[in-house]
Amino acid sequence: MDLAAIFAVEILYAIASLVVISSGLAVVFGMMRVINLAHGEFMMVGGYVTIVAVRSGINIYIAMLVVAPLVVGVLGVIVERLIIRRLYGRLVDTMLASWGLSLLLIGLASMIFGNTTTGISPPIPGFAIGRYQVNGYSFFIILAAIAILVAMFAVLAGTRAGLVARGAMQDAAMASALGYNPERVYMLTFFAGSALAGLAGGLFAPLLGLVPTIGGAYIAKAFITVISGGASVIAGLVSSAVLFGSTSQIFTLATTPMVGEIALLLIAVVLLRLMPQGITSRFFRGKM
Amino acid sequence: MAKEMKHAFLVALVAAILLAIAPALIGTYTLTLLVIYGILALSLGLIWGFGGVLCFGQAAFFGLGAYAYAIAAINIGESTVPLVLGIATPFLFAAALGAMMFYGRLSDVYLGVITLVVTLLFFRFMNSSAGPQYVIGTARLGGFNGIPGFQTLNVPGTPSAYIIGDAYYYLTASALLIVYLLVRWLLASPFGRIAVAIRENELRVELLGYDARARKTLLFAVGGAIAGLAGTLYASWAEIVTPGLFSLGQSAEIIIWCIVGGLGTLVGPVIGAMLLAYLKFALGQQSVIDNTLVLGAILVLCVLLMPRGVVPTLGTVLNRIYRRPPARRDRPRPAGSQTAATPPERAHV
Repeated sequence: MDLAAIFAVEILYAIASLVVISSGLAVVFGMMRVINLAHGEFMMVGGYVTIVAVRSGINIYIAMLVVAPLVVGVLGVIVERLIIRRLYGRLVDTMLASWGLSLLLIGLASMIFGNTTTGISPPIPGFAIGRYQVNGYSFFIILAAIAILVAMFAVLAGTRAGLVARGAMQDAAMASALGYNPERVYMLTFFAGSALAGLAGGLFAPLLGLVPTIGGAYIAKAFITVISGGASVIAGLVSSAVLFGSTSQIFTLATTPMVGEIALLLIAVVLLRLMPQGITSRFFRGKM
Repeated sequence: MAKEMKHAFLVALVAAILLAIAPALIGTYTLTLLVIYGILALSLGLIWGFGGVLCFGQAAFFGLGAYAYAIAAINIGESTVPLVLGIATPFLFAAALGAMMFYGRLSDVYLGVITLVVTLLFFRFMNSSAGPQYVIGTARLGGFNGIPGFQTLNVPGTPSAYIIGDAYYYLTASALLIVYLLVRWLLASPFGRIAVAIRENELRVELLGYDARARKTLLFAVGGAIAGLAGTLYASWAEIVTPGLFSLGQSAEIIIWCIVGGLGTLVGPVIGAMLLAYLKFALGQQSVIDNTLVLGAILVLCVLLMPRGVVPTLGTVLNRIYRRPPARRDRPRPAGSQTAATPPERAHV
């Protein structure tokens, strides 16, 4: 019984962490058809911001929930104005430019912080379920994932800003004719995506030791989750996170983490072969 | 065809002269690596620039060639068969992978994800293969530490006659020239013409009765074989193969070489690879500025300012200076239209 509870928590945690890692990329890709390969480095920056903020005496929750998203969001706006804006509609060029950006950020981070691992300890202590020890912070990540999804849905479906954003993505000329400036919408969407990346980086900062190259560990998973999800931002994100998170975690628990990771990658290949446009091209069509 | 091949021989001749005088400036040990990277860049330049297939995982074929060579060399102890295997294994693997993707009608981003994932799979697997149960013949895969101590290239039939030092440099340089000429010949053949046509308009080519899927698969496999050759030569140069060959960074570098050098040309990627690899080597000698930062900045600036790459841009500038009519390109472009901002090569991949 205890073991079953532990397994359930582990699987939920795997799904939640995929949601947290990929949400920023999903917003940017789903809304703007832009793949930001510097997403992992945005998370890395978020992590460093959190650590620096905590060390300078700011409360850890404020550091990761407020400071990191804001700083990375502003970074995202600068990047959008300088680089991404010039490349809209050229998917591959944006990917390459953001890949260059990711290398640039890695280089900057290793010049500033050095190639050493830094970290902070998780603010929530572990506790025991029966004979097993659970990481209390896992629950925080699960809650954060739910909060992110609810907030995304609320903003996109429930607010005027979300409506305008969806309208501008669907038909920029029409939105422009109605008096909304698509340029501004793109900028704000990119801000939102980057802020989510910063939030994710902040949330994961206490879990993993931070090195400048850590973005590489995130970007592949985020990229695969988002592309496999397909065009719908939220439905795609949730469905692929559930599929990949549970598969990899089940294999991890049954064998080793390495097998879990390999299982995730294999499933992704098979899935994309069967549904080249992602899960939401076949299921949950037209959902948000 | 005859005219193009004449042009190709001329380029090869100039390159041969440059490669022959290069050892006077840079040590042959470093030069050998630059030439190997040139071959690797050529492989992606072929399938991306001419086939329109953006492969994020060219490093997978490079690494596969290197591992196939190393494993076979340990088991056999003589380098001729391993050399063939180092080319054949990635060729077959690329053919299988390509068939899976192209017959599934995958394109652009999705193709990118699959190739990226496959590279990661190799990377993860090789990293985790440290245990004694991961053995092929007598060769242990060695996990993170890789496979050291295999037979390096030797004169066929005489395992004790190693090809090393200057001789190895001239061998790799000749390999580069031969591969270049073969690829030029392939592109001038009907197969190459149709491959370029597929890049331009796949539907139209299919309606003309050609099987685009089979042709793309074959082109992809040829690219894999060339990358495998580069991997084999690399293994013999480095005398060790490690999972780092499959890393994301390695794939990124190959793409950067092609972008910077110039897509849609063969010379461009080779020059891009050699220049950037040398730049990385030179930056590695100092510690003031991080070399990843420089590479990243170069990539961003190239995509923004010179989306066609250094070699085609230089060609245009030279043409303008000498007031010659524009040189005949591989395919005509509408004069002075929006193509300068969005190069058709990239717009279609």
